[in-house]
Amino acid sequence: MESGLLHIGLGHYLTVSAILFTLGIFGIFLNRKNLIVILMSIELMLLSVNINLVSFSSFLNDLAGQVFTMLVLTVAAAEAAIGLAIVVVFYRNRRSIEVEDINQMKG
Amino acid sequence: MSTMPDLVPAYPEIFLALAGMALLMIGVFRTKDSTGLLTWLAVAAMGVAALLIVNGPQGPVKTFSGMFVVNSFTVFAKLLTLAGAAVSLWLINAWVHKEQIARFELPVIVLFATLGMLMMISANDLISLYVGLELQSLALYVLASYHRNNLRSTEAGVKYFVLGALASGLLLYGSSLVYGFGGTTSFDGLATAMASAPQSHVGVIIGIVFVISGLAFKVSAVPFHMWTPDVYEGAPTPITAFFSVAPKVAALSLFLQVLAGPFAPLIGQWQQVIVFISLLSMGWGAVAAVAQTNIKRLMAYSSIGHVGYALIGLAVGTTEGARGMLFYMLIYVFMNLGTFAVILSMRVKGRAVEDIKDLSGIGKTNPGIAIALALLMFSMAGIPPLAGFLGKYFVFMAAIKAGMVPLAVFGLLASVVAAFYYWRLVKIMYFDAPADAFDPPDTATGFIMTACTVLMLVLFFESAPFVGGAETAAKALSFG
Repeated sequence: MESGLLHIGLGHYLTVSAILFTLGIFGIFLNRKNLIVILMSIELMLLSVNINLVSFSSFLNDLAGQVFTMLVLTVAAAEAAIGLAIVVVFYRNRRSIEVEDINQMKG
Repeated sequence: MSTMPDLVPAYPEIFLALAGMALLMIGVFRTKDSTGLLTWLAVAAMGVAALLIVNGPQGPVKTFSGMFVVNSFTVFAKLLTLAGAAVSLWLINAWVHKEQIARFELPVIVLFATLGMLMMISANDLISLYVGLELQSLALYVLASYHRNNLRSTEAGVKYFVLGALASGLLLYGSSLVYGFGGTTSFDGLATAMASAPQSHVGVIIGIVFVISGLAFKVSAVPFHMWTPDVYEGAPTPITAFFSVAPKVAALSLFLQVLAGPFAPLIGQWQQVIVFISLLSMGWGAVAAVAQTNIKRLMAYSSIGHVGYALIGLAVGTTEGARGMLFYMLIYVFMNLGTFAVILSMRVKGRAVEDIKDLSGIGKTNPGIAIALALLMFSMAGIPPLAGFLGKYFVFMAAIKAGMVPLAVFGLLASVVAAFYYWRLVKIMYFDAPADAFDPPDTATGFIMTACTVLMLVLFFESAPFVGGAETAAKALSFG
């Protein structure tokens, strides 16, 4: 692993995480299909944060980042559950989860 | 190694958490509908929590390895949050029975949301900040879509959830950068790290910008306000009242805690951002409200404007500014609760109406409601002798003393524009031809409306103890 090409440092992890985070944001704003894709994008954002936290934690030799990651994973699960529940009640009323059908209120 | 943390400072939160679970059990095992009973128990639990806060430690105490802090600032903010939550819960209870959609989970969810707010206010670490904020937000998403057979309510839930989750993501990404480049998640540790070399923390500054964006979302400051009008319009009215008071107080307090705590040495970096957000919120809150026809949407823009005024107090970055902001929030909470009590009494023949034109001529048909709304609108516009004037006075004075005269002047201009739409409501009530008269309000709504209106006068003439309380609270922050 002496080769400079194979050395993976903090910067690489941060770059991957920044790309995933940006993809998540774009997934929310540019997505014209349906709400499930938005839920996936939200999950992607939270996971990119986890990559950040774990790589910082390892780089700083500090466990707090990994504890934070565990809590983020837990909260993300709760968030997904609540998000899906809200999507289900919305579907029952609207019979659709297309993004363009979320249009009862404008402003 | 394994010493027990000092639990005394966290007694109010621990009590609320246990009370929430106990209430849930009562609701599950009682066969009759227990919404009313649980509402009163939840209000009582909030009262006990308030007593525990008042009688508990006031001085700066930290526990749970420094993750949880109690000082006179958190005491003030928590009492205000609990007051806002308890009064909203009372309004919610009156409403769900009228609309016949009572379900016992409602007071329990409000209780858990309130618990999340208290946790946020006491957060002294990025981890406890995030967990508290999410406990609050997840409960609020459920509340927005509470009226689950109603398309608008569920749509409000969807919008709030998607944009709220995006805001949490931004805040979290910012927290991860702050942790990575600051080296710790603890606010005390960060304060030490920042104080050493304030200019050399580019990574941390980028992180702070993300954290500010996330928090601005939660307080619905422009340019992160897009969700507010839709959620306020779609969510059930008393729940909108709850949204517009308790979470605002908690999130603005968190804003102060974060920026005045660990990041106070970086004031040069975040100050312009807050000034910018504050200017935009005041301006857009005033301009966009003019064209609204739905009163709940109007209140959404009004609350965006009020957040802008309150943020002046943060933007100036002095103890005096923080005092002004806390006093502003105190007035805002009761002003808004009163106005929402009026909106809740807009019912014609047992059906709720929420258009501004439904208010036509109620000066003749319902003089009591009309006087209350007129006084509250004058207070919102900041006309003496009503408390809204004092709130604006203190933040503007703080801005002038800190040498930020243009900010104060812009605030003044924005409040003149805003006065137009507040006064338009008064004009519609007194000078337009009467439409259908409203049904007489129920006891709870009527009482809250009257009490909040009277409080606007009391707070103006007897402001000294409240300003003193806000001052003590502001001194606990580490602004110079």
